[in-house]
Amino acid sequence: MVRPAKRAVTGAHYGLRDWLAQRVTAVLMGLYTGWLVMLVIFHQPTDYEAFRSLFAGQWMKIASFVFFASLCWHAWVGVRNILMDYVHPIAIRLTLQIACIVALFTYLVWFVVILWS
Amino acid sequence: MEAQFPEKQRPKFLNLLQIKQPLPAIVSILHRISGVLLFFPGIPLLLYGLQMALQSPESFADLQSNLAHPLGKFFLILASWFFLHHLCAGIRHLALDLDCGLELQSARLSSKLVLAAGLILTVLIGIWLW
Repeated sequence: MVRPAKRAVTGAHYGLRDWLAQRVTAVLMGLYTGWLVMLVIFHQPTDYEAFRSLFAGQWMKIASFVFFASLCWHAWVGVRNILMDYVHPIAIRLTLQIACIVALFTYLVWFVVILWS
Repeated sequence: MEAQFPEKQRPKFLNLLQIKQPLPAIVSILHRISGVLLFFPGIPLLLYGLQMALQSPESFADLQSNLAHPLGKFFLILASWFFLHHLCAGIRHLALDLDCGLELQSARLSSKLVLAAGLILTVLIGIWLW
């Protein structure tokens, strides 16, 4: 019996998802940036205590985490596209992609440590 | 039977440094370059700065004096331009995705606006910093 092929034979099928993710994360980062700029203009944190209290609230920490996670995802999509465009030898491209993922994951953990310690 | 076409001998000129790039192309490649630079060294520097700002009053003062140095200000302004250009070009990109401004004339105009907005906002930040 011949079954009809359910799988498409070409493409990696992350194109649309990543295209959308890049735009959604961009909008989230834009909103957070606008909010942060308004906070800074409004509170004018010029000394340590004022700056620390800006990031002290739990909601501000959560919003900042969402911003930074968006930044990591956005950066991954962008860097991957650039590596696919310019770096053709598979071994070098894969190495760079792995380095990028490891770096972004490290940054995310570092960011959490900064915020919650 | 397959038709046989003679090999066409067309002139090719692909020297990217000598072709006059249209403005949207310049905005686009700057979007890409600024994106890479914001990724590295942008993100680690941002994290390092945030860590210094939030760790202790002493590290906050260190960060302030580093950024008050003319070299520190210069790199801060440069980073602002990369960020602002990337932001403005990204907003233009979203508009294009929503089918706004796809005609040649409006695409040229919006790329001019993006380039100008990034530079003007950077100058304003520079004035505010200095």
